[in-house]
Amino acid sequence: MIRATLSALLSHWVRNKLQLAMLLAGLALATALWSGVQALNTEARSAYATAEALLSEGETARLEHRSGQVSLSDFLTLRQAGWLVSPILEGRLTLGEARVTLIGIEPLTAPPGAGPALAAEDLSRFFAGHGFAHPQTLREIGPHTPDLQSSEAVPVGTVLVDIGTAQRLLETDQLSALTLGQTQPEGLRPLETLTPDLRLIPPGEGAELAGLTDSFHLNLTAFGLLAFAVGLFIVHSAVGLAFEQRRAMFRTLRALGLPLRHLTACLAAELLVFALVAGTIGLVLGYALATLLMPDVALTLRGLYGAPVPGALAFNPLWALAGLAMALGGTALAGAQALWRLWRLPLLAPAQPRAWAHASARGLRLQTGLAAALALLAMFLALRGTGLVAGFTLLAAVLLAAALTVPLVLTVLLRLAERAARGPLTEWFWADSRQNLPRLSLALMALMLALAANIGVGTMVASFRATFIDWLDLRLVAEVNVMPRSAEEASALRAFLTPRTEGILPMQRVDAQLASQPAQIYAMKDHATFRDNWPLIDPVPGVWDRLAAGEGVLVNEQLYRRAGLLAGDMLDIPQAGSLPVLGAYPDYGNPLAQAVLALPLFNEVWPETPIRQFAVRTDNATELIAALQDDFGLSPAQITDQAQAKEISLAIFERTFLITRALNVLTLSVAALALFAALVTLAGMRLAQLAPLWALGLTPRQLAGLELTRALVLGALTMLLALPVGLMLAQVLLAVINVQAFGWRLPMQIFPDDWARLGLWAALAILAAASLPALRLWRHGPAQLLRVFAAER
Amino acid sequence: MNALTLVSVSKSFPSAEGRVEVLRGVSLTVPQGSAHALTGESGSGKSTLLHIAAGLELADAGRVLIGESDLTAADEAGRAALRRGQVGLIFQQFNLIPSLTVAANLGFQARLAARHDAGFITHLAERLGVADLMTRYPEQLSGGQQQRVAIGRCLAARPALVLADEPTGALDEATGDRVLDLMLDLTAETGAALLLVTHSPRLAARCGTRHHLRAGQLEQAP
Ligand SMILES: Nc1ncnc2c1ncn2[C@@H]1O[C@H](COP(=O)(O)OP(=O)(O)OP(=O)(O)O)[C@@H](O)[C@H]1O
Ligand SMILES: [Mg+2]
Repeated sequence: MIRATLSALLSHWVRNKLQLAMLLAGLALATALWSGVQALNTEARSAYATAEALLSEGETARLEHRSGQVSLSDFLTLRQAGWLVSPILEGRLTLGEARVTLIGIEPLTAPPGAGPALAAEDLSRFFAGHGFAHPQTLREIGPHTPDLQSSEAVPVGTVLVDIGTAQRLLETDQLSALTLGQTQPEGLRPLETLTPDLRLIPPGEGAELAGLTDSFHLNLTAFGLLAFAVGLFIVHSAVGLAFEQRRAMFRTLRALGLPLRHLTACLAAELLVFALVAGTIGLVLGYALATLLMPDVALTLRGLYGAPVPGALAFNPLWALAGLAMALGGTALAGAQALWRLWRLPLLAPAQPRAWAHASARGLRLQTGLAAALALLAMFLALRGTGLVAGFTLLAAVLLAAALTVPLVLTVLLRLAERAARGPLTEWFWADSRQNLPRLSLALMALMLALAANIGVGTMVASFRATFIDWLDLRLVAEVNVMPRSAEEASALRAFLTPRTEGILPMQRVDAQLASQPAQIYAMKDHATFRDNWPLIDPVPGVWDRLAAGEGVLVNEQLYRRAGLLAGDMLDIPQAGSLPVLGAYPDYGNPLAQAVLALPLFNEVWPETPIRQFAVRTDNATELIAALQDDFGLSPAQITDQAQAKEISLAIFERTFLITRALNVLTLSVAALALFAALVTLAGMRLAQLAPLWALGLTPRQLAGLELTRALVLGALTMLLALPVGLMLAQVLLAVINVQAFGWRLPMQIFPDDWARLGLWAALAILAAASLPALRLWRHGPAQLLRVFAAER
Repeated sequence: MNALTLVSVSKSFPSAEGRVEVLRGVSLTVPQGSAHALTGESGSGKSTLLHIAAGLELADAGRVLIGESDLTAADEAGRAALRRGQVGLIFQQFNLIPSLTVAANLGFQARLAARHDAGFITHLAERLGVADLMTRYPEQLSGGQQQRVAIGRCLAARPALVLADEPTGALDEATGDRVLDLMLDLTAETGAALLLVTHSPRLAARCGTRHHLRAGQLEQAP
């Protein structure tokens, strides 16, 4: 009996192959997008773990100087006193074609964990001056790296060398930090007396990558979830329609004596098989997708946070299992309603289109209620919510509420159009569109979601971009930047530059904790460059004079918002004491907190801090650069001009949103597929509705044209609805999510050109989705339509 | 003048056993204002003939004229235009447009043909007994009510030719008789020619001329 039932049920799919393909494609795509995003997250997180293991930041305590440099003598003092410390030198340099992080360690004294892959045989090479790097880094560096060996244990973008080699390459005799062995001999003289300037950083701190990148991953996850939801819309509508189409079959089967329980079980089994098949396909696709996107994600993460993430992907069976579970769960969710309806279906329920519409009228009321509840929740969260999770919940509530109201709003609009229509065909067009809305509404909701997400994210990115470019122009006013390699070179440079330029602004900084956040403190020379150009948020009156007098600090917007500071609040600056906040400045693209102190005060508190860079004001940059290279003998790598600096910053910016854009396009494609699936399925059911019109003297071509127009009109209405929702979304992203995730709030700007472009794309997607069914109707219309009347033959 | 002329129309369909010749040179004329009945066994080709007469299907050979216009020479758009202007079709089911109310359905064809006459429609609705059902949707009607609306819709457009394929086939005898009575009365009233396909000799007897389709050819009914 089961076998006979199953074969009867499955025969539907054999006759409706395209519909089956849509169902599987929807589920596979949903799984693919979700699991693809998860693969990216997993890979990035494991890369952080590698990086932290290598630097031993996770388990080992470190000794650091506020200036970021530890002298060799401090190291020797500690060694002689019996402390088990090991030197580390980190720096950036250009090797071949790539900018890499160079890490120098001393393998013999390094605590376990540092250079974990270095076996004994490697050590000899290590001492002979060989370095180790990830295969991908080697590829990026290019062919000219004779003394580099490949090793997977080294994070991407990092080159691991012996400390001596590192000092030679970075042209310094200093160290970055000392690592402290986990077990130390008894009875040593305390660190504070031996090296009072060094700061002990306990294990676990300093490992900031995971924390910093959390918001990025949350972002990705949110997108993955959105795409998954859109995919489930497809599954839900495909399953619902398939049940609807087989209603007569169910009735016959039950009339033939098949117990309802068996029928339900068979249908559930059918769904299970679909979920497994589509889930597996989805996993393969997801893996391919992640492999495709990984380079972009890696670039973004490196650009934003300096996180060393490889551009390649490793396979993880746990990930596969989780993805499959998601596919099963999603199918259960999407099919539950259909199964429930079947369970409750009276044996003689009419299989008429309007009956369906009546049933969905009740559904419409339920949806509207749910939408209202979600809108209330969103309102509450907007007023009261704090934190990233609340922000994303707000986002989800807004989106879902809007999506759920789509059918209602469309129904009302179509009814109005029907009232206004003159002429039998237009009247029929609107009435018929409204009639078929319940079957299309899920796909339209998915389309609305995708469009709103596109508009919202697009507006956010474009607003950010516009603000960022303005801000860059203000911030990067120095015509030339010069990087000295040592203290001596710095003073020589200062002497060289002073007579040749309008102003020299030294850049000095120390690392510190501000408001218990990892932070950097910068020195700022009192100069017109800053007074005239720096945009400030809520400054106190006379801010620049007070700053110059050392009467307070400026903080970056990130710190300002995260710590909830107000102008005039006191901020604890380590060693400098408590100082009032004089204002905040926007500081995009930087994950860390920052404070700015007047140069004299800075030098008083942290004397001897090395100068990392001079920002130079000059009328003739070209001449100055030439002089620096020819007369002073600076290497070109030490000089950046303004244009270069802007280019670099913009490139980093663009990378940051590369992945967001890619996901945007994908979500829209999935929505187009949802629409396609719905239209294809609908096309079969609509024949009986169209056949009378054909008999009344409309050509199949006219009918096909009307079908196409209907899809476009519904799409256009949906786009119109998506516009305000997208702007609301952008507002939430700019004013809530960004503030929580990055610490800056941006003004929203409107870009109607982008909307027009999106509208065009959406129209194309809709046309693509609607054209196959329309084309079929046009080409094979008479034969198909005749079959409707032939049913009575 | 003839409302419908068929000249040596042939039609065959491919099947597993080779081509099935359904119509073998059928000729038929239906003069204006006359009522013709077409009977025949199930599968004899009655519906096929009707579909060809309406231009829903194409004949393999022969000519079809609606009034003076040659249907066989027209393209799909031309055939549709002829249907729109001259022909009323009534099938056993699926006649009504599900998304429109009874009132909208009744006026639909007349408005397409630009012959809308509200007074005439009200008159038809009253004659057909569907005046109380105007705001309902088709699926809220019984089979007999649906067929009466379909007849009303067809006649409201004042077509020159009405082609009906077992319009009362799904109805019980008494209802079927009433509906058919109405149809005959009303076509006579509007001066339309009628070609009615039916299984029932009793109903066929009420039409002026009767044809019987057997082995792909027409013969005078017994
Ligand atoms: N599209 C088609 N393809 C193949 N054969 C067809 C097609 N349409 C009709 N036929 C065949 O043509 C023959 C005539 O069919 P038709 O529907 O005209 O019969 P009918 O006289 O209307 O029968 P009934 O009284 O049962 O309605 C039948 O044998 C049928 O199987
Ligand atoms: Mg027939």
